[in-house]
Amino acid sequence: MWTRILALVKKELIALLKDRKSRTVIIVPPIVQLLVFGYAATYDLTHIPFALYLEDSGMWGRVLAEHISGSPHFDLVSTITRDAEIAPLLDRKRALMVIRIGPQFSRELSRAGATAIQVLVDGRNSNTALLALSYIRTIVQQFNAQWAASQGLPLPPARLDIRPWFNPNLDSQWFIVPGIVGLLTMVVTILVTALSVAREREQGTFEQLLVTPLRPVEILLGKTLPGFLIGLGEATLIIIVARWWFQVPLVGDLPGLYLGLTLFLLSGLGVGLMISSLAVTQQQGLLGAFVFLVPAIILSGFATPIANMPVVVQQLTLFNPMRYFMVILRGVFLEGLPREVLVTQCWPMGLIGIVTLCIAGWLFRHRLS
Amino acid sequence: MTESPGSSASRVVTAPAPRVRAIRLRGLIRKEFLQVVRDPSSIAIAFFLPVLLLVLFGYGVSLNAKHVPLAVVAEKPDSLTAGLTASFRHSSFFDLSVYSTMSEAEQALRAHQVQAIVRLRENMAQAFTSQDGAPIQVIVNGSDANTARLILGYIQESIAIWLEHLERAGRVVLPIPVRIEPRIWFNPEVESRHFLVPGLIAVIMTLIGALLTALVMAREWERGTLEALMVTPVTIQEILLGKLLPYFLLGTGGLALSVAMAIWLFQVPFRGSFGVLAGTGALFLLVALGMGLLISVVARNQFIASQVAILATFLPAFILSGFIFDLKSMPAPIQVLTYGVAARYFVEILQTLFLAGTVWDLILPNAMTLVIMALLFLGLSRWKFRKRLD
Repeated sequence: MWTRILALVKKELIALLKDRKSRTVIIVPPIVQLLVFGYAATYDLTHIPFALYLEDSGMWGRVLAEHISGSPHFDLVSTITRDAEIAPLLDRKRALMVIRIGPQFSRELSRAGATAIQVLVDGRNSNTALLALSYIRTIVQQFNAQWAASQGLPLPPARLDIRPWFNPNLDSQWFIVPGIVGLLTMVVTILVTALSVAREREQGTFEQLLVTPLRPVEILLGKTLPGFLIGLGEATLIIIVARWWFQVPLVGDLPGLYLGLTLFLLSGLGVGLMISSLAVTQQQGLLGAFVFLVPAIILSGFATPIANMPVVVQQLTLFNPMRYFMVILRGVFLEGLPREVLVTQCWPMGLIGIVTLCIAGWLFRHRLS
Repeated sequence: MTESPGSSASRVVTAPAPRVRAIRLRGLIRKEFLQVVRDPSSIAIAFFLPVLLLVLFGYGVSLNAKHVPLAVVAEKPDSLTAGLTASFRHSSFFDLSVYSTMSEAEQALRAHQVQAIVRLRENMAQAFTSQDGAPIQVIVNGSDANTARLILGYIQESIAIWLEHLERAGRVVLPIPVRIEPRIWFNPEVESRHFLVPGLIAVIMTLIGALLTALVMAREWERGTLEALMVTPVTIQEILLGKLLPYFLLGTGGLALSVAMAIWLFQVPFRGSFGVLAGTGALFLLVALGMGLLISVVARNQFIASQVAILATFLPAFILSGFIFDLKSMPAPIQVLTYGVAARYFVEILQTLFLAGTVWDLILPNAMTLVIMALLFLGLSRWKFRKRLD
């Protein structure tokens, strides 16, 4: 039995890697995408273009303006003097925000000890808008503390003392890069499997395979193993890049990570083979790959948290193997995942893998007509 | 070859009359349509895929955290800590659980049962009235840095509300020298769906455009029908046009459906002009279809064409288009790469048309770039196709 499977595995690997074009497609893009996306996918804002509308002629207005321009997060793009200049700046995205320090700023601050500044933000990207506002808030708080100290006033009765665990600088790259490991591994496994049966069906070689002494289980193993090996190899490469190139700490234990990876690969391969054996043409296979892949990525918690989704959609994500692997990846990379969390994330992936592989094997024989 | 010898039609091969050309094109388009109808997966790509994806993402993708599980540890409960706890409880952002010791709360944080811990120390009441004020320790699970920042913002807000409450009751003096009055333009409710849904349309149309055409040429190469087509008098332009037009129509239908869903189902405000939307949408569709066609012409093999389509379309459009991640914050070399992603121009056009209005200064440069990209992709397909014929 094993010699037959081995022969099939060999044939599959040759079919996948024989010509330069398909070798390139499987190996180069994931590495390039990891490097590009690892830098691109960040929520942190580094260059917020802002315009300053300083009407105040007093000293404190200038001091506050310097606080903001001096921050590494903000780039001053324009200084304006009239209301009419605000709208074109924001409409055309020249500036993300306009900071308006009114003519009474210094006077009100000195006399009453209380005043306000207006911050106008482009809300087209609401996440960026909220983040930029929170950066401004931090700067104004620092200014407030400095001003209060210079006046000999007491500090506010309560202040926050913030300790982020697992990611002390709240660097969103630490969150995204482990996620990319799962993202690209899934893409590669689907890439390898989703069209493999459909292609053989279209070319008529699958029928030939079925009349050989190979049993469906053996065909299934022969189709799964090459994808498993390629996926395992690429995932390892990506993990190495994440750890040593992007310097994401890997605090958890590797056996746990590889247990998760194995089950994740099985479930991805199962889904891919199921799509492939359902499809009659390669176009249907491609459609199936996208219909699975795109929602699986968006609803995995890779970019937006699952907890923010409506309950119905959250329940839908339970069928998505990627959601479990995301928890394992981030857990092992950043937190040092507790055993019991690892177990609760592992068994659903194993279940998805077994069910989809069984369906795929059954479909080999029963979808001939 | 098929025309009867001696008739004037034999010269048609080199200089076809416009009417003849139209008939040929119609024949090609008819053939393509028949193929579409026979394998309905193209129709599914154009109409079923956008509906599925928009419904899933429109409801599924949100950056607005609600009901964040939060732990409060009151080491010595009194009226002060009770007031703050109540302020957290009244906030719709939090689902509160109260613990009496730090170790229990830390256990819960490690097991992902809570996202953050607010620790009110034993000596809070004394520190509160001292010169330095009371430090309130906040521990947050920082794995997801973006969510962690949002949660910290919500906690700050709840504490500010509590302090103002105390000030009104005359229990503290609250020096806040400078307050911020934020005015959020175009999206005052800061609803993330309003910017995600227009961006999604661009991502989805990239997929659909490429999916529709990525296989059409490769399929004919593989089956040998393209060679059959080449011995007929049809020109390369006619073959390409015959491939493009039917899928352009299908894509337009998908785009119209997506926009209708954004406006009526997701209630995203639309402040621009529909004419501009239709024009730029058609332009973008040409780019997306052109990209698929180029993949198809170059790959010549359905298997590879599919793999390239999966790799080159969705993930770049998702991550490098400004749909969700801010382009200006990316490192300079990555920003340069984003200029090659067609979706980035359409995302900007859509977000502006939906939320801000018809801002010509923004739309014109983006539309011009799309024109250039469309010409580039279609021209390259034409060129690559010719080379193969030799």
